[in-house]
Amino acid sequence: MSEAWEPRIVAFFCNWCTYTAADLAGVSRLKYAPNLRTIRVMCSGRVDPQFVLEAFARGADGVLIGGCHPGDCHYISGNYKCLRRFKMLRRLVRDMGIEEGRLRLEWIAASEGEKLKNVVNEMVAHVRALGPLRLNQKFAEWDEEMNQLEHAVGEAQKAKEPVHA
Amino acid sequence: MPEKPKIAFYWCASCGGCEESVVDLAENILDVVAAVDIVFWPVAMDFKVSDVEAMPDGSIAATMINGAIRTSEQEEMARLLRRKSKYLIAYGACAQLGGLPALANQFPREQIMKFVYEESPTVDNPARIRPQTKFAEDGRVATLPEFRNVVRTLDQVVEVDYYLPGCAPTPKLLAKAVEALLTGDLPPKGSVLAPDVALCEECPRKDSKPTEVAFKEFKRPHLTALDPTLCFLAQGVVCMGVATRGGCEAQCVRGHMPCTGCFGPTSRVRDQGAKVLSSLSANVAAEDEHGIEKTLAGIPDPVGTFYRYGLAASLLRRKVSLR
Amino acid sequence: MTGIPNTDGNGRRGAAGEEIRIGFYVCHCGMNIASLVDVAAVAKEAAKLPHVIVSREYKYMCSDPGQEFIMQDIRENRLNRIVVAACSPNLHESTFRGAVARGGINPYFFQMVNIREHGSWVHTDAAAATAKAIDQVRAAVARVAKHRPLERRRMEVNQAVLIVGGGIAGITAALNLADAGKKVYLVEREPTIGGHMAKYDKTFPTLDCAACILTPKMSAVREHPNITLWTYSEVTKVDGHVGKFKVTVRRKPRYIDEETCVGCLECISACVFKTPKFEDEFNEGLGKRKPIYIPFPQAVPPLVTIDPETCLKFKTGKCKSPCETVCDRKAVDFSQTEKTEEIEVGAVIVATGFKAFDVTRLPIYGYGLYDNVYTALEVERMVTSSGPTGGEITLRDGRVPKSIGIIHCVGSRDKKTNRWCSRVCCMYSLKLAHLLREHTGADVYQFYIDMRCPGKGYDEFYERMLDEGVQMIRGRAAEVTDWTMSPEEEGKLVVRVEDTLAAYVRRIPVDMVVLSTGMEPAVGADEIRRMFNISCSTEGFFLEKHPKLAPVETATAGVFIAGCCQGPKDIPDTVAQAGAAAAQALALIDKGYVEMEPNTSYIDPDDCSGCKSCIPLCPYHAIAFDEGSKKAVINEALCTGCGTCVASCPSGSISQNLFEDDQIFSEIEEVLSHV
Repeated sequence: MSEAWEPRIVAFFCNWCTYTAADLAGVSRLKYAPNLRTIRVMCSGRVDPQFVLEAFARGADGVLIGGCHPGDCHYISGNYKCLRRFKMLRRLVRDMGIEEGRLRLEWIAASEGEKLKNVVNEMVAHVRALGPLRLNQKFAEWDEEMNQLEHAVGEAQKAKEPVHA
Repeated sequence: MPEKPKIAFYWCASCGGCEESVVDLAENILDVVAAVDIVFWPVAMDFKVSDVEAMPDGSIAATMINGAIRTSEQEEMARLLRRKSKYLIAYGACAQLGGLPALANQFPREQIMKFVYEESPTVDNPARIRPQTKFAEDGRVATLPEFRNVVRTLDQVVEVDYYLPGCAPTPKLLAKAVEALLTGDLPPKGSVLAPDVALCEECPRKDSKPTEVAFKEFKRPHLTALDPTLCFLAQGVVCMGVATRGGCEAQCVRGHMPCTGCFGPTSRVRDQGAKVLSSLSANVAAEDEHGIEKTLAGIPDPVGTFYRYGLAASLLRRKVSLR
Repeated sequence: MTGIPNTDGNGRRGAAGEEIRIGFYVCHCGMNIASLVDVAAVAKEAAKLPHVIVSREYKYMCSDPGQEFIMQDIRENRLNRIVVAACSPNLHESTFRGAVARGGINPYFFQMVNIREHGSWVHTDAAAATAKAIDQVRAAVARVAKHRPLERRRMEVNQAVLIVGGGIAGITAALNLADAGKKVYLVEREPTIGGHMAKYDKTFPTLDCAACILTPKMSAVREHPNITLWTYSEVTKVDGHVGKFKVTVRRKPRYIDEETCVGCLECISACVFKTPKFEDEFNEGLGKRKPIYIPFPQAVPPLVTIDPETCLKFKTGKCKSPCETVCDRKAVDFSQTEKTEEIEVGAVIVATGFKAFDVTRLPIYGYGLYDNVYTALEVERMVTSSGPTGGEITLRDGRVPKSIGIIHCVGSRDKKTNRWCSRVCCMYSLKLAHLLREHTGADVYQFYIDMRCPGKGYDEFYERMLDEGVQMIRGRAAEVTDWTMSPEEEGKLVVRVEDTLAAYVRRIPVDMVVLSTGMEPAVGADEIRRMFNISCSTEGFFLEKHPKLAPVETATAGVFIAGCCQGPKDIPDTVAQAGAAAAQALALIDKGYVEMEPNTSYIDPDDCSGCKSCIPLCPYHAIAFDEGSKKAVINEALCTGCGTCVASCPSGSISQNLFEDDQIFSEIEEVLSHV
């Protein structure tokens, strides 16, 4: 798989607006890039910043959060809480060296199948231009410096002393 | 007569405060010393690595390692002690979470080296000499440990049985841990030997926090005159206590300092910084983008604030080097 | 209420020890899915996943045979978790949950994967769509293994209904519900019910007399055995939730014993004030009343009220109180104090009405400056035969006006004041034009922006007024002034206006100006809104749950709205809406219970540190701080399951049923397991 890199984007969609917009995009047979992996939550307010970081840590090249427009939240104000977290999280993620465009929050109403399509296509194109993030692979690369030592120490120990039963 | 259990202490990338905390047991240390046989403690006693190497594997009952892991030597010692010990305990915030040394994970190794050996205002090094890991002269070879790219927690290098949290762990928690080790009354492997409830529960200012805290601004503690009785969050000062395991008896708060999170998250949280970020940001009063950004600008360094101790253990671990 | 099994013997962190046996089914949906997604490959991959015992594909999973497969496999293969990859869960999740339940396992041991709307229908590359489907299936399989049994919650519903506001909306709703046999508490702030409608003379477009149609309904309220009427009372506190609201009502003292007063009004005649001296609120200040008064003769309840602000007994303590002595039933009671009533109801209808725009906010129209500028409500009282002038239209100097200007949109459709259209002003202005002409024979000019008469018989009424000779001048009046420019303007008020049909600026001299005031949210609407947890639009009118499909519901279950508190509207719409609210409330309580989805949040008290971070985040006030345990507690009945508190809990001590952290983390892990 690694030879032909394809952007992998994890999406957290609120049930009432953005997930439904994606349903509408389907019913309308709009076509968009297949790079999204969607996780459905009831409200964008449920999106724990841990989920976003976990997705990056496990190899996502981008994370998309979709919620209801301000004022339209099915749960009155969950999307505002999401927005506030997002504002801080984006700064944090940027400070950790992850480009801003890899984390996106979009308000997509249930009626906006077209917008969903455009957002997904735009984001996939943008992340494609940024190239792979794939932190999971980076972690493995970083830890290689230890593996060499483990090997060396193991050899040295073997030579030095008898193995205890 | 049964042999006394063997105990070892070791330090890696740390300030020495953890070692100090052992001494802080005060007269109780005598009980500990009476009950155990300290077989390795470079800070306090003269032992050689070769002494440890000579011990049979698993012969040390428990080893407490403090400090983060930054160098190849620390890795090597961690592995050695792991093999020799029945229980390996990550002692203190640095071993458990990376601690303050792990804030270096925000910078590439080259940048650190350059600053420390060339650019720091107190450095006089016109030849720009840097330490070498290997140097040979007259047929003799001297080596220095490798400075790694990443600061790691102890459990990112070797398997860890228990964690004793804190910067530094309190004598009370240490005494309890030693007792548990001696009696064998131990929690499941991987446990943190401290309560699994956030600090607020034991905070003396708990009752002063109103139910509705909507942040209109965040103040920095050194720039603000603070009420010594009121909850820090109620005063708009970031306090990590909400997201930090208790057990320290709120020593910092009692000393009029907000919690900075050294005990790490509860067992239910994967990323302490993300959680405190979530809680504080969600409670910002503003509803418009500009107002939200303005309020959040009161926390100028989110990484340094939310991951003061936990960067190495965080989900992102270190800054991705930008190309 | 049945509890939800948050703990299942093995503690809430999962059913350790239970062998997980998952059945997986992928649907072809005819060719809808199978034409792009390689369903055989999906089934094959799924079969390799941990705990998957059965993996099947089928043409139409939602069909009866498809569902039968699931039920049969549950029985024969002892399956205890089911995953179906098909269309959107919004379409068929409940279908499959039903099948799972009929198969004999908990319906929430189920997860659905959307590979149609989010898969075959939106992609073109078969391999990529199949790979995506497999990733999502992997996530669902990992997640469902962590599912716990859940139950829909069922809560008993109290059979009584509280109606706040005794205008025509509240009256209608109260009678509807009471006639259906339900107990109704009707709470009204004023001494009488009737609201604004009681002040009107005639109603448009039929010109039937407001009192004639309203007062029988008011009497019906008083006499109805199922209605408890509390006037001069206000709701002060609301606790609880749908099915079980605990409401505190403050009953102000009227210093008259309600049980013994028969409304003979002898006491009013006996008052030491021989003539009425104080501003009469009911008559918009045009008339006077005594300290002991009844708002209007047909008031319901027909009780007098003593106003302690003006009564000498209260002011000086030196009154001989002839009112007290003249009452042979001893109904006057100066020692009466405020009372508090506490009631429990299953549903609430809020019908708190509106407030007329305060015309002093628009000084250009000269209200208060010129004697002969009136508000529409004042004129409404004046034309009423039982009003302060006995139906005579006389100016403050005693003259009968020969020309009258009615200015529309005062406090409506105006960027400087209120932007919204108040909907009724065009029609009531026409009605007033008719009544004023009838009473005085005056020339009446209407100054309007445009005429909005969209109602049954409304436009016909407009045509009729044109035929009657009402002068229509299209243009927002610029000002009302007494600065005259010609002899015919002398002694008159001049309305300056740009006539946009004639295309020039005109000066219309008139004897009387009527300001057609718009509607605003009622005084105190904000407190009501907070107590009942109703949202409002920016202008302050209460927000319905859905503008089209749930116009009388609010975001708070069990709280309904009717009438002008929701937005300006006329009497027919108000009555219709009140009927709808009554029907909705009836449907809710008559069923006897409410059922709710189980995806609520919960706090483990052992985990919670009591940091209170979550409490202000809940828009439904479902989280409270328990002062005893010093921990946060979630009222499950109020929780709607958004999960915002869960994401925000800094110590990870709040969980959400069906959206547990570990379930979502396992989804993240699995959708990324092949990158």
